Amino acid sequence: MTSTTKQFRPALWTALPRALWPVAVSVVFAALLYFWVAPRIGGFGADLLVNSGIAIILATSLTVVNGFTGQFSIGHAGFMSLGGYTAATIVYYGSYRLFGDFDFHGGLLSWTGAGAFVGPLLTKGDGLFVIACLCGAIVAAIAGWIVGLPSLRLRGDYLAIVTLGFGEIVRVIIQGTPDQLDVTSTDPGLGDLSFPQLLTHLGGALGFSGAPAYSTVFWVWLTVALTLVAIIRLKQSSYGRALLSVREDEIAAAAMGVNITKYKVRAFVFSAFFAGAAGGLYALKVGTINAGELAFQKSFDIVIMVVLGGLGSVSGAALAAVILTLLPELLRDPPSLWPWGLVGAAIVAALIGLFAPRKRGPLLTLVGVCAAWELMRWGAARAGISLSDYRMVIYALALIVIMCVRPQGLFGVREIWDYLPQSWQFWRSTSAIAAPAGAPA
Amino acid sequence: MSDALLEVENVSIAFGGLKAVQNFNLSLPPGSLYGLIGPNGAGKTTAFNLLTGVYRPDAGVVRLGGRRVNGKRPYKIARAGLARTFQNIRLFGELSVLDNVRVGCQMRHPHGLWSTVLRSPGYVAAERAIHHHSLELLEIFGLQDQSLQQAKNLPYGNQRRLEIARAVATGPKVLLLDEPAAGMNPREKIELMNLIRFIREKFSLAILLIEHDMTLVMNVCEQITVLDHGEIIARGSPTEIQSNPKVIEAYLGQPDA
Repeated sequence: MTSTTKQFRPALWTALPRALWPVAVSVVFAALLYFWVAPRIGGFGADLLVNSGIAIILATSLTVVNGFTGQFSIGHAGFMSLGGYTAATIVYYGSYRLFGDFDFHGGLLSWTGAGAFVGPLLTKGDGLFVIACLCGAIVAAIAGWIVGLPSLRLRGDYLAIVTLGFGEIVRVIIQGTPDQLDVTSTDPGLGDLSFPQLLTHLGGALGFSGAPAYSTVFWVWLTVALTLVAIIRLKQSSYGRALLSVREDEIAAAAMGVNITKYKVRAFVFSAFFAGAAGGLYALKVGTINAGELAFQKSFDIVIMVVLGGLGSVSGAALAAVILTLLPELLRDPPSLWPWGLVGAAIVAALIGLFAPRKRGPLLTLVGVCAAWELMRWGAARAGISLSDYRMVIYALALIVIMCVRPQGLFGVREIWDYLPQSWQFWRSTSAIAAPAGAPA
Repeated sequence: MSDALLEVENVSIAFGGLKAVQNFNLSLPPGSLYGLIGPNGAGKTTAFNLLTGVYRPDAGVVRLGGRRVNGKRPYKIARAGLARTFQNIRLFGELSVLDNVRVGCQMRHPHGLWSTVLRSPGYVAAERAIHHHSLELLEIFGLQDQSLQQAKNLPYGNQRRLEIARAVATGPKVLLLDEPAAGMNPREKIELMNLIRFIREKFSLAILLIEHDMTLVMNVCEQITVLDHGEIIARGSPTEIQSNPKVIEAYLGQPDA
């Protein structure tokens, strides 16, 4: 067999660009968002952009477990919490050790403050931040391995309860930790504490605060892009197909030589790694994290994104994450569809007409959504009620309606681009899986 | 004895008080095509599950190519070269026809998580080989035109064929077919017979099949084992089995009881 694979082996100089181009694109994309888009949408807009990005990382990483592998995990916020606390403590106490204070020591790419920034692109502080987020991801991944182990024996509701329990254990343990050390007060005992000992002072129920903020649009969306690349590559590979086969039928998967145990645990580890990174970005957005906010409610929010997007659809989960992050904010003061909403709707309608001319469902849905939106605004204005009072009710109603209309989620197990005609999917012909022309029979 | 590819010695299993399979013996030489028949509930599928590791036998030994495989986990037995299909079709319904076969193929082209995420040259080579090999198999099984359809949307007969294709894709030495002709019409059954004979030659497999369709069994199998109430009641060539009074009794009951 190895001799037959050899002839398919690409030369390194063709393989390397193919392996790395998404990374380059990710950097450019993130820089574009940070330098060009973020300054134009205001502080609140940039904040929403960061929140949507973090939601995308969380939802797509949970897709690996709930969507691909078919395990039902509702403890994703626990991994996020672990990653967040790890990153926050490392940056906080690390800043103190490295620089002697808790101020921002990053470069331009991490600058969240007001006003123009003068200084280099990257500095030592950014290094600390990146390492902290990576450590957060690794700690979460280790926890993912531990949580993955019971999934060998449990499935369905039973596994859900275990993961729920895990999330709660993380929250309760963190809330029981000693107070955050006020290092500025030159506490006499402080010098004796080693760095790992410092890291256990997580602030308990008050949460952890005061860490310098580094998570900008750039870092968050760079992580988003890299996460998407990794997860989509996973889905398209034999690794991803093995995960999907476990979801479809465990007995048949085992009969195909798939080591179910190993794949389930690895799915948890892989998923937790990115959730941990998302937690780190979340914590260092303003330098504050509170385990109480990352309880099971948060886990459910992420599960909803995954289910809404379609179990197994990475692009669906990402889209759902953006919609569900923006919707509650938009409902505070629902803007009129005129003119930009209608322009957007027209574009979507044109795309639907182009790619699925015979299907009426998507078009009717689009018209329905627009009509409902305007009707809601009109009704509220007429009755003199403030929609923002009812925004969570409307949000919940929207979820119910979507799940009734599309029980399989927005895209089912497929991706957005799977709905494009075959001839449009130009990257398929050059993708890694296509055999070269004239390959031996 | 040692030249048999699959060697089963006195394998037994009981579920509580029910002795589902007792003292099951079988010796499958390379390239052979054997049948396993018996009335409903005789323990045929249980025997398959014992061979493939879905159940652990209470007693007895299963050897594949001279190495003990009983007690091993199903995926290890599959990797050792024992592939199977299922009585109630177990395809990966949401996946495409091509992906179903690819899942079978990839066992022989392993690569790690890192090389997957980084798309290393080794990964690309393995994926290409899997893709290439899968397309070949789909063509052999006449499924190339449906390769991008979801498996659950295939007609029944094609689902059965796809299951066989997926099993063959694992590159087995021995193939176990559990009622491959169930639900097929007469024309499909004839095609299936030819297909079974063809893949045995093409992939030099030893095949053991469970089947209720006697025309098919009598036509393709060289040797038949008959199970009833978990025990072997007869063994022999198709003609011998057809005239065996014990077999007739098991299927039709005793005359003038």
